[in-house]
Amino acid sequence: MNWFQSFLVSSIGQKIIMSLTGIFLMLFLVVHLVGNLQLLHDDGGQAFNLYTYFMTHNPLIKTVSYLLYITVLIHAIQGILITRKNQASAGGMNRYVKKSTYTTTLANRYMAFWGILIFIFLVIHLKDFWYVMKFTSDLEMVTYPGETHEVKNLYQRVAVEFKELWVVILYVVCMVALAFHLAHGFWSAFQTIGASHPKYLRLLKTTGKIFAFLIPLGFALIPVLFYLFK
Amino acid sequence: MKINLKVWRQKNENTAGKMVDYSVNEVSPDMSILEMVDVLNDDLIRKGDDPIAFDHDCREGICGMCSMVVDGRPHGPQHGATTCQLYMRNYKDGDTIYLEPFRAHAFPVVKDLVVNRGAFDRIIAAGGFISVSTGQAQDANNLTVEKAVAERAMDVAACIGCGACVAACPNGSAMLFVSAKVSHLNQLPQGKPEASRRAINMVKQMDAEGFGRCSNVGACEAECPKEISITNIARLNREYLKAVFTSTEE
Ligand code: HEM
Ligand code: SF4
Ligand code: FES
Repeated sequence: MNWFQSFLVSSIGQKIIMSLTGIFLMLFLVVHLVGNLQLLHDDGGQAFNLYTYFMTHNPLIKTVSYLLYITVLIHAIQGILITRKNQASAGGMNRYVKKSTYTTTLANRYMAFWGILIFIFLVIHLKDFWYVMKFTSDLEMVTYPGETHEVKNLYQRVAVEFKELWVVILYVVCMVALAFHLAHGFWSAFQTIGASHPKYLRLLKTTGKIFAFLIPLGFALIPVLFYLFK
Repeated sequence: MKINLKVWRQKNENTAGKMVDYSVNEVSPDMSILEMVDVLNDDLIRKGDDPIAFDHDCREGICGMCSMVVDGRPHGPQHGATTCQLYMRNYKDGDTIYLEPFRAHAFPVVKDLVVNRGAFDRIIAAGGFISVSTGQAQDANNLTVEKAVAERAMDVAACIGCGACVAACPNGSAMLFVSAKVSHLNQLPQGKPEASRRAINMVKQMDAEGFGRCSNVGACEAECPKEISITNIARLNREYLKAVFTSTEE
């Protein structure tokens, strides 16, 4: 093994990969949320549909999106492998007859569980919107005034989906899982790459908590508002 | 007072163990928990039973031998203290206490509450030292060390290699221990020349011993008798990255 391969398989190297992919995914969440908030405009979906068209036709964004698919897979697979390895290293889940959980939290104890919920969500979410958008011609085409090209009306599909109560519940539950994942993941990612210091440890942890609250809240609000008001 | 005990009994590494109930009468509040087990062992020996094996040495919180999980917590419920510093005045008549060995894949049980922590020795042998002779006591004063650096190094030098961090960690990770050793030596002028080699080799040995990957849970920091902070783990990661990407060490 050369030095770089040794680094990639080392315990710290494996965690650096988790951290960098995690940070990339968190950046994606911010961009994705800002985009999705276009759904809340009262314009019958024009802003959102034009935005979607832009995101699916810009070559730079298309490249980044392929990077994103790979990143999710690497993060998820690596996360599961690390978790299994760690369970073996600890000597099993029930290593102590008398258990004490005071040093851990709901968030950091079940990172892999929250992650798996997020993964299941991603599969359903991608099938409902991304797949329909990219690989089918089920969506109606619309041309907005001032535009020369037709765009797919993804907004309409979103509006139909979010009239289903079970879909709304699924989205909200999965956003709770995301909140837990980020409540620990945000600060953890910085600690892993070494960007943690007593000088700004509190700031890092507080920012992480706020991020973990606001981002999933933003995502969860969209289906709830659609269900109630649109 | 009377104390009920549930103790992990295991003949050796290759046999299965189980919890066994005991009770100890006339426990004095001034006894440490280890002294209470001494009293119980006296009793067991007199009855012709096998005494409970447990590690101990200094009995004053400086050697790190007294590995034991008391009521699910390495070294018991006290913060910043070892098992030998846990006094029975913290308990009341009729209390039940669970005693179990430190558990981790890399710390196999030798007998009862005794585990083999040789993995830590091998990690130290991989880089937790300074190769050159650092001279006599007066030579230490010839090398000036900035006060703040000396303080930080001293904080981590307090690590007694007890392994409570591993026993507490849900991942059985030894990162707090290794980060303490690397932070101690890599911050001091005597340790600088070998800093990269140390970081790489100690991490390599830690991995080879089968310790887990750090999830930044912080259980280690909460249970460490010497209150080593996990910000040292961030420092270890920095030292490791620096060594991997900026030194010739492999
Ligand atoms: C948008 C989705 C996701 C984001 C933003 C995200 C973010 C993060 C971040 C920032 C970390 C902390 C990294 C570190 O400790 O250095 C993390 C850890 C983790 N993630 Fe994710 N994650 C996502 C999805 C997933 C998925 C789908 C899975 C698995 C199926 C997963 C499994 C894990 C696990 C197991 C860890 C803990 C690794 C460890 O510290 O041992 N994550 N995630
Ligand atoms: S870091 Fe703390 S808990 Fe871990 S071996 Fe050192 S003194 Fe013990
Ligand atoms: S016996 Fe030495 S620290 Fe407890």
